Amino acid sequence: MMGTSGLILTLGEAAGTAAAQLADAPGGLTARLIPLMALLCMFCGFALAMAPRENEKGVKLTALVISTLVFLISLVVAFSFDWTRPGAVQMLVEGNWVPTLGVKFSMGVDSISLWLILLTTFLMPLTILGSFGDLTGKLAGRAREFYLWLLVLEGALIAVFAAQDLILFFIGFEMTLVPLFFLIGIFGGAQRRVAAVKFFIFTLAGSVFTFAAVIYVAYFQMTRTGNWTFDIGAITKAAGAMSASEQNWVLLGLFIGFAVKVPLFPVHIWLPLAHTEAPTSGSVILAGVLLKLGTYGLLRFALPMAPEAVLEHADLIGVFAVVGIIYAALICWVQTDIKKLIAYSSVSHLGFCVLGLFALNQEGIGGSVIYMINHGLSTGALFLCVGMIYTRYHTRQMDDLSGLGKRLPVWSTFMVFFCFASVGLPGLNGFVGEFLTILGAFSSTRALGIMFAAFASLGLILGAIYILYMLGKVVMGPVKEPEKYAGKVSDLNFRECFVLTPLAVACLVLGLYPTPMLKSFEEPIDGILSTYKQIETKQAETAGEGKGGGVSMRRAERQEVSP
Amino acid sequence: MMTLAADPLVNEMGAKIAGLWPELLLVVAAFVVMIVGLSPRTALRQSTFGITFVALALAGVLAAFSPEQVTGLAVYTKIGACVIGLLLLLALAELPDELGQNLKDGEGRFDPQQTHRGEFFGFFLLSITGVMLCAGADDLIWLFLALELTSLPTYVMVSISRRSIRAPEAGVKYFFLGALAAATFLYGFALIYGATGTTYLSEIGEAIARDGLTPLATAGFVIAILGISFKIAAVPMHFYAADVYEGAATPVTAFLAFVPKAAGFLTLILILDAAGWPVFAGDGMGGDGVVAVVWILAALTMVIGNVMALLQTNIKRVLAYSSIAHSGYMMVGLLAGPGNSVNGVSAVLFYLIAYGVMNVGAFAVIGLLKRAGEEAETFDDLKGLAARRPVMAAAFAVCLLSLTGIPPLIGFWGKLYLFSASISMGYVGLTVIALMTSAVAAYYYLRMIATCYLIDPDRREQAEISTLPQRSLALTVSAGLVVLLSIGVGPLFSGADGAANGFGKAETSETAKPEQGNGAKGQSSTEKGNWDDERLTSAAGR
Repeated sequence: MMGTSGLILTLGEAAGTAAAQLADAPGGLTARLIPLMALLCMFCGFALAMAPRENEKGVKLTALVISTLVFLISLVVAFSFDWTRPGAVQMLVEGNWVPTLGVKFSMGVDSISLWLILLTTFLMPLTILGSFGDLTGKLAGRAREFYLWLLVLEGALIAVFAAQDLILFFIGFEMTLVPLFFLIGIFGGAQRRVAAVKFFIFTLAGSVFTFAAVIYVAYFQMTRTGNWTFDIGAITKAAGAMSASEQNWVLLGLFIGFAVKVPLFPVHIWLPLAHTEAPTSGSVILAGVLLKLGTYGLLRFALPMAPEAVLEHADLIGVFAVVGIIYAALICWVQTDIKKLIAYSSVSHLGFCVLGLFALNQEGIGGSVIYMINHGLSTGALFLCVGMIYTRYHTRQMDDLSGLGKRLPVWSTFMVFFCFASVGLPGLNGFVGEFLTILGAFSSTRALGIMFAAFASLGLILGAIYILYMLGKVVMGPVKEPEKYAGKVSDLNFRECFVLTPLAVACLVLGLYPTPMLKSFEEPIDGILSTYKQIETKQAETAGEGKGGGVSMRRAERQEVSP
Repeated sequence: MMTLAADPLVNEMGAKIAGLWPELLLVVAAFVVMIVGLSPRTALRQSTFGITFVALALAGVLAAFSPEQVTGLAVYTKIGACVIGLLLLLALAELPDELGQNLKDGEGRFDPQQTHRGEFFGFFLLSITGVMLCAGADDLIWLFLALELTSLPTYVMVSISRRSIRAPEAGVKYFFLGALAAATFLYGFALIYGATGTTYLSEIGEAIARDGLTPLATAGFVIAILGISFKIAAVPMHFYAADVYEGAATPVTAFLAFVPKAAGFLTLILILDAAGWPVFAGDGMGGDGVVAVVWILAALTMVIGNVMALLQTNIKRVLAYSSIAHSGYMMVGLLAGPGNSVNGVSAVLFYLIAYGVMNVGAFAVIGLLKRAGEEAETFDDLKGLAARRPVMAAAFAVCLLSLTGIPPLIGFWGKLYLFSASISMGYVGLTVIALMTSAVAAYYYLRMIATCYLIDPDRREQAEISTLPQRSLALTVSAGLVVLLSIGVGPLFSGADGAANGFGKAETSETAKPEQGNGAKGQSSTEKGNWDDERLTSAAGR
């Protein structure tokens, strides 16, 4: 029996125990910094709604200060992280949320999560600073809402990467939709409403399957231990015992949701529209961080939870990835809108990420994770560059723009630099990921193989073609500007240089010396791959007994083919 | 000489009445309100709102301190009905009718032929009393009377809610179909009585546990479920919903979308419990027919509700069909029954309250929108709401996102609860249908939000738009409750769990299943999952 007074009492009790649990969390004060970051963004974001509408300057400065503060906190987290054991979930904070179903509010990071959180917190202040130029244009009068949604988006993203509870992950995953829906829908271009709704519905429709799979896996865990929990570690441990058909269904469910988010060919069709219509900041975060939720989800959940199904279907998924790489690259080639070109290039690049993941070896997955981060930096920067051109000329058509190298030398320098980073010029960051994912696909003994690597490399060449073609048109050649703005446009100002420089430095550093980052990924990836090693030893045993299954035979053949 | 108190019958009566104080209070208040509403003095007539409000609040408090013998289900439902009743009352009171007067303040001049404030509040209270009585029912006849007490006042409320001719039209439609439904489930009850020889729910349960579900009893349950599907606006008795919801004044529509639905679900829970949760009886007890019926009805309700909602241009009709769809989701939980690890009944109870809270918010906004004095009903009327009333639009958006099931709002938790119950009972196929249709639902909810936020009205439309009140108490409270319950969702979970606790226990003792190890338990339910579809096809083939 549950009276009103009882209800209030339990509410108080719950709050009390949650607070006590937070206070007693192991790891001391620094552990609480991660939820602090997420909650700070959310809280300050919604608090911005109460700011006076006229005070746009105050609003934008507040947003900048908060996002910078969050970046500084994330640096503190990074420095207090124990890098000698990057595979372990550190700085864990737990509190009961819904005891009936075992849902917990639990956050913690391993090295992969931490790098992705750093990417988020690093990009956000830069894109907020970058958006100041729009304040006279599209944002005029509604700056409050704009920064509100950006901050809420940042909070949700941090929650996704830090979540150690499946439901908390899912909450963050879905919560990213709402801010981006408003960012695209309110501040976007001519077709913004269609773009916003399409983006929302596509992702939501995909994620309901993920949701079903999540509940099923949690239920399976319950049947084995008798307790409902959505703890990622516990569920991952239990999930490997699912039967082959269960694993297939779970993989399918997880895969549909994450593939839409990635976006993988053929469910990528929401992306170009969303990108072209979104305001610059929206595009930066969408391409820079949001797309990685898909690959992160595949890495965290699909690979460890349904290993046998992954082994069985990795080739098929690899085909989708390779087709996506080439198909999107070909589409890029014929684009006339610079922003659309970069949007499609994201589809192509994310194909490499997925390919690397399903190579199921250290090189492939490590390359894929580092590709996620590098793609976030270089594509984010490219979107910022395109946004800067758009605020000057109000066009993004390659036909209207030419020879900008003479008119805007500083901008052109940055543009060429980031394009090279994106193409994968050795020495810049894009190269590391591309090389490793292809190497992974090439040398994989578990799935994929030499043909996948060969076709993916074709995408690499196409990538160079379309980017250089675009650069040749826009940066080189005779000067051509829209008449209205001819001669009136000035080069990048100090603020804009300040936005792009840190990104350029990051691209360069990660290109020249990626080893520490790669090293830190080894341990968590080993953790994921250990499941596959177990399966292989099991298969080897059964094969030794003379009952070698079809799958292991196939793998053995491939081992002979690949050097 | 025998004293009255020593008579066992009187004792039983006394004990029963001791648990019915909230209902008694509401009935008394209903009559007081009706009489006061006839007073020639304006001030007295206007006090009817206050009396109703206080009575509901008091009833809620009384329900919270119910004596021991009242079931957890009844206490939970009574408190829930009072809280949502208060919300609905706020919505009712602040929304102006077509003459621009709101129900709370009423007309200045006394015109006995025109006034219907007092009766309106009286019927309101009686209908809520009906829901509360449903929850405490232990007898088929009581259940029937409580259901009718819930429904009869609503027929009148619909008819007198608007001056437009559409209201009486809706009322008449509602009444005739309601009467048909009442006859149907009464027939079902009669067959159940015929099969078991008793009207007491507990004795029916015992008889079925002893003899299994005979064909006669199965027919009774199936017919009763079909009849009750009218109350919850589920397929195949859903046809009235769109027309009636559209015809009634919006706050009354909000009332219709919650109160009769709650009564219907409580009745379903009680009679399915009496049937021994046919899900469990699947092994040779003859429950397949009932399971198949509920499975098919749930799937059809979700699909038809969501797809039809997608096709509407009138917002009230959209919400009407979406309310059908939400019934479908709850039927999924109902099918899971007390479950083997997650209690589906408690998930249904949780979702009912969650749905009640968020639904009031959505309807409150639509009720406030007027165009040239008429009720505003199309998507166009929502244009530019965000610019005109940012707070109102934000609260509306919160309610709609919650109805969509976007985490971490309460609608999401409700769906999580329902679908973990159904998956753990092996109804994976049905759950996937539910999730897919809820993705469809996202489109029309999102369309409303998009219209509010992303489209500005053109000049001609702007001229026609009537002014909006500065704030809406019902909407603010409803959205506030949604947010509050979303973050601190634990207590509502445990409340619903406590309310449905009795069912799980009664079930295990009835079927006398041996306590097995947890692993084995899970194993058996996964097996069950595999024959979910087989059973369905075999039942359909019969």
